[in-house]
Amino acid sequence: MSLSLLAGTEAERRLLPGGTLRGPTPYVIAIMTFAMMIVAAAGLALANAAGIVAGAVEHRYVLQLPDGSAPKLAAAVNAAKAVPGVTSVEPVPEAEMRRTLEKWVGTGGLGEDLPVPAIIHLNLEPNTHAARIGAALTRAIPGARFIAEQATVQPLLGSLRALRWLAVAMVLLMAAATSAAVVLAARGALDTHRQTIEVMHGIGATDQQVALLFQRKIALDAMVGALAGGAIAALALLLVGGGGLALASDLTGGPPLHLADLIALALLPVAAVLIATLVARFAVLSALHKVI
Amino acid sequence: MARRRTHARSHFTRRGWPLSAIVEFDSVGLRYGTGAEVLRDLDFRLAKGGFYFLTGPSGAGKTSLLQLLYLARRPTRGRIQLFGQELTDAPRDVLPNYRRRIGVVFQDFRLIRHLSAFDNVALPLRITGRSEAELEGPVREMLAWVGLADRSSARPPTLSGGEQQRVAIARAVISQPELLVADEPTGNVDAEMAARLLHLFTALNRLGTTIVVATHDISLIARTPGAQLMRLEKGSMADPTGSLRNPPSEGRSQ
Repeated sequence: MSLSLLAGTEAERRLLPGGTLRGPTPYVIAIMTFAMMIVAAAGLALANAAGIVAGAVEHRYVLQLPDGSAPKLAAAVNAAKAVPGVTSVEPVPEAEMRRTLEKWVGTGGLGEDLPVPAIIHLNLEPNTHAARIGAALTRAIPGARFIAEQATVQPLLGSLRALRWLAVAMVLLMAAATSAAVVLAARGALDTHRQTIEVMHGIGATDQQVALLFQRKIALDAMVGALAGGAIAALALLLVGGGGLALASDLTGGPPLHLADLIALALLPVAAVLIATLVARFAVLSALHKVI
Repeated sequence: MARRRTHARSHFTRRGWPLSAIVEFDSVGLRYGTGAEVLRDLDFRLAKGGFYFLTGPSGAGKTSLLQLLYLARRPTRGRIQLFGQELTDAPRDVLPNYRRRIGVVFQDFRLIRHLSAFDNVALPLRITGRSEAELEGPVREMLAWVGLADRSSARPPTLSGGEQQRVAIARAVISQPELLVADEPTGNVDAEMAARLLHLFTALNRLGTTIVVATHDISLIARTPGAQLMRLEKGSMADPTGSLRNPPSEGRSQ
């Protein structure tokens, strides 16, 4: 008997009758592959979003002034520009600050005589000592607070990273569930074909020859299931997920999935087939070892 | 394994057994689970090229003994040597190579129901890696010999008991085994076919195959001059002449 993985001769195929799609295996693998791809796509998109957000605020800081009157703001801007390591200084216009504050204090709540705080966005050079720059700025601008934007978005980044790991865990759990389903399918197939196995063993077939028959059958089932599940998942990601992905893209300012992510997603059905095939082989060989 | 082989060889020399024995049982016992022993203290040798009939009342342990012979079971005690190799505790991955040297005709035929007669007969050759072109001729010839040339594509459920038995015999002998073990091979065939099958066994025996046939058919034994009788009773081998413990060293016994 040849040791080809999936082809097999016509005579070998006749030994275990029943083509693909006869049992639950292809359907289970299709569902699992579909779910794995959707969850993996979400996980990858979250990971990318977290990366984009973290990258965007990595060197960004905020200087808060309690009194944002024009002379003080101008002095603070000049002082910030003078500190080495500061690459850009962007004060938020007073009108914009007023509009923002009116949301809390109401229209007309801010009198002309009431000082409006000011915010200045700063970009620092990479690899600069931010704390030292912060200290220099707060010395030069009394009352100012120097805040890293990363600290502001940290809760969001933490949530995104947790969701990414949750997605990884779910993909692994689904892979484990797929493996368990394959083990059950392999055991069922062994029971169904027990007589054939006994005869084959009796006339000198090796465990590897017997296992190959089952492995090939389950690999074909897995391939059909994984292709179907993968195709439906791809369609769902394009049609249903397209809107969400576009929104995520707008929010983060970057593509939700890169080419490498798409390749990883496309490899998931292949991985599902390989896992199913290896698990089937292991399950069959383990079962065969219990007989003489 | 090397140590085991050395042990076996020395054991053999101590007993003064000739090297031509194809099967050697040394104080072999077999029990199922925790029950009583179904085979006890079996001590015999089968000479290479011998023809043996195994007889005994139902329940004497004939099928169990045959299962030990075709390596479907391991003994619970004692030692078994086949083809000059100690196989009592041999790793299971070496057993297939020995099983390929043994042809078996099971009492219940054990044909694969969903395969045609042709595929059933071809199975031992396919397992050994013969190509379809190589096996086509021998399989057709063998089916013709057992009178089933026109039934080659029939599946076992559509064959009569006798036809199934002939397919089982064809499958057992197709690879010209060194040892042929048959459990009641003529139980379901008419007298004419029984004679033809016996003729086939005799022809194989002349070519050097050692034959062991478990049977109740006295006429079969009577028609096979030179065959030796092994009688099992309550799990023990009756060997009043001692010829099973010390058979002739060459060719057919007697």
